[in-house]
Amino acid sequence: MESTEKILEIKHLKKEFDNTPVLNDISLDIHKGEVVVVLGPSGCGKSTLLRCINGLEGIQEGEILLNGDLISNQKKSMHLVRQHIGMVFQSYDLFPHMTVLDNILLGPKKAQKRKKEEAAAEAEELLKRIGLYEKKKAYPRQLSGGQKQRVAIVRALCMHPKVMLFDEVTAALDPEMVREVLDVMLELAREGSTMVIVTHEMQFARAIADRIIFLDEGNIVEESGPEEFFTNPKTERAKQFLNIFDFDSVHHGSNK
Amino acid sequence: MQDLGINLFFQGRNFVRILEGLWVTVSISLIAVIISIFLGIILGMVMNLKNPVTKAVTRIYLEFIRIMPQLVLLFLVYFGVTRTFHINLSGEVSAIIVFTMWGTAEMGDLVRGALSSIPKHQYESGKAIGLTGFQIYLYIIIPQTVRRLIPLAINLVTRMIKTTSLIVLIGVVEVVKVGQQIIEASRLTTPTASLWIYGFIFFLYFIVCYPISRLSAKLEKRWVSMGG
Amino acid sequence: MDFDFIKQYTPLYVEAALLTLNITVKGVLLSILLGLICSLVRYFKIPVLNRITVIYIELSRNTPLLIQLFFLYFGLPKLGIMLSSEACAIIGLVFLGGSYMAEAFRSGLDSISDIQKESGLSIGLTNLQVFRYIILPQAISVSIPAFSANVIFLFKETSVFSAVALADLMFVAKDLIGLYYKTDEALLMLVTAYCIILLPISAVFRIIERKLRYAGFGN
Repeated sequence: MESTEKILEIKHLKKEFDNTPVLNDISLDIHKGEVVVVLGPSGCGKSTLLRCINGLEGIQEGEILLNGDLISNQKKSMHLVRQHIGMVFQSYDLFPHMTVLDNILLGPKKAQKRKKEEAAAEAEELLKRIGLYEKKKAYPRQLSGGQKQRVAIVRALCMHPKVMLFDEVTAALDPEMVREVLDVMLELAREGSTMVIVTHEMQFARAIADRIIFLDEGNIVEESGPEEFFTNPKTERAKQFLNIFDFDSVHHGSNK
Repeated sequence: MQDLGINLFFQGRNFVRILEGLWVTVSISLIAVIISIFLGIILGMVMNLKNPVTKAVTRIYLEFIRIMPQLVLLFLVYFGVTRTFHINLSGEVSAIIVFTMWGTAEMGDLVRGALSSIPKHQYESGKAIGLTGFQIYLYIIIPQTVRRLIPLAINLVTRMIKTTSLIVLIGVVEVVKVGQQIIEASRLTTPTASLWIYGFIFFLYFIVCYPISRLSAKLEKRWVSMGG
Repeated sequence: MDFDFIKQYTPLYVEAALLTLNITVKGVLLSILLGLICSLVRYFKIPVLNRITVIYIELSRNTPLLIQLFFLYFGLPKLGIMLSSEACAIIGLVFLGGSYMAEAFRSGLDSISDIQKESGLSIGLTNLQVFRYIILPQAISVSIPAFSANVIFLFKETSVFSAVALADLMFVAKDLIGLYYKTDEALLMLVTAYCIILLPISAVFRIIERKLRYAGFGN
């Protein structure tokens, strides 16, 4: 299923905060239609990696290419690049002073200068698909956390991004709302969207990933297919990491 | 040959006189602030009572003081009270009365705000161990509100000092009045005196108020972010 | 109490009130403009201008309006800059009000989280667009209470204009006291005038604040 067309290329990326290295020499290619899940303990740099890709953080060394064009450290034109990279954050990041529809349309209208009618038709179509069409006139505060995150995903989608970045999008949600958000992401994966996902939902990672990247202390420690990673991790560090979750499941899973 | 304006400050006791004038302003402010803090704490506690009568009375007092310009209040006390009650109040005493009334209202509202932000269970646990209402305030509530109030009270000092500049308008001899006297006296020798003197007084106020408002902002940042 | 006297001199107060209102409105509008510019300069950390703005705000907030006015009205003419008492009043009010408005807007701007900015950037908006469509509308609604407190504060501050010979309410009252010794009547009318003007303004602001709090879009 992997085509050879590279959407995103990261070459020897190095990122520091105040001389403290956060990412060391990261190299990673992401192909069209591929779903890459980045796992790792907190503080390993996985969120920073997404923020570097989207240009929210500058990088010290290396380069990032989108469709072969250099996009790292491009201060002036970064807003043009970001139109092609969708990002969804952990906290509900909808704009509270705009309705759901206006939230979705802001980017297409102002950044892409698209016709309002055309963009609105698409936005409504997307809202219908996630079952929130009737909420199009609602304000974010009238939505549940899960609904807000689904709208945030649609807001990114409506820009027709070449790649979507998901930064722990379910981490701040109540457990019963996690599912509805993950379902939307699974649906996107099925349709062949290119996605980079940072998550702590192991079951979900296993189900959605074409490839798992395991990060620790700013290095890619392991890179493998999901089945292999979860059943037979190559490194000691990855085993330890997965054990944390296993220990968790012993508590809940006496009937397994 | 005209004098350079800056020489004014070195003639006779001019420089010292201006500072003495400033001290009149500052001391009136400080007296008013100190009384205001005490009365304001009491007012704040009264405003926190559930009694509808005290609520209404304190509310009206607060609204009236807040809506009237301080200069109007000064006139009311300095001219109005003198005539109505046939008491002769000096400008200084009128100023202290007015700024205390104003400061008490501001402080009272701050205290009320701080008190009402103390969770109810603090009062209840005080009652549960058998303290009287007064003891609850003294041992539990006031210590918790003091930290929140100190930066705001310090901030009130700068507002008070700035507002006290108004007392020149009811004839108190303070820094501006002294400045005007110097300007008058040197009208012939130094025609640019008013530029220098008012410029100097402007900076004097700044030098006095700036450190105080910095201190208040610093304490507020530190203590509010620490909570409690 | 001499009611004939009150009746006779009410028009003087009305005229003075209109003058005060007129200057306050101009002063407040210009203060908002200046405050907005200052808060933009500080928000975008524009070099040099940022420093100047900080100095201006500190100077303005730590000195009394009366002294600012005296400097403008009595001091500046010595440099050859002659200002009418009305111009003085407006400039003084804007010098004072600009910094207060700037602080009000700034606290509003500071209250908007970085995530809002980053979400705006991540859908491809420019910095300016993020500010225009996302940060500013939210910041303004957050700063409404501080903003309305400033309007009332500035109106009250106008009472010192009498000191630079502007025929405002205070000036008329002082005049009547000085000319006719009708202290009670003059003061009563003065207090009434401020109540008539400021009570409704403060009530309207309170309603707006309540509306914003309960029906606002904030979550």
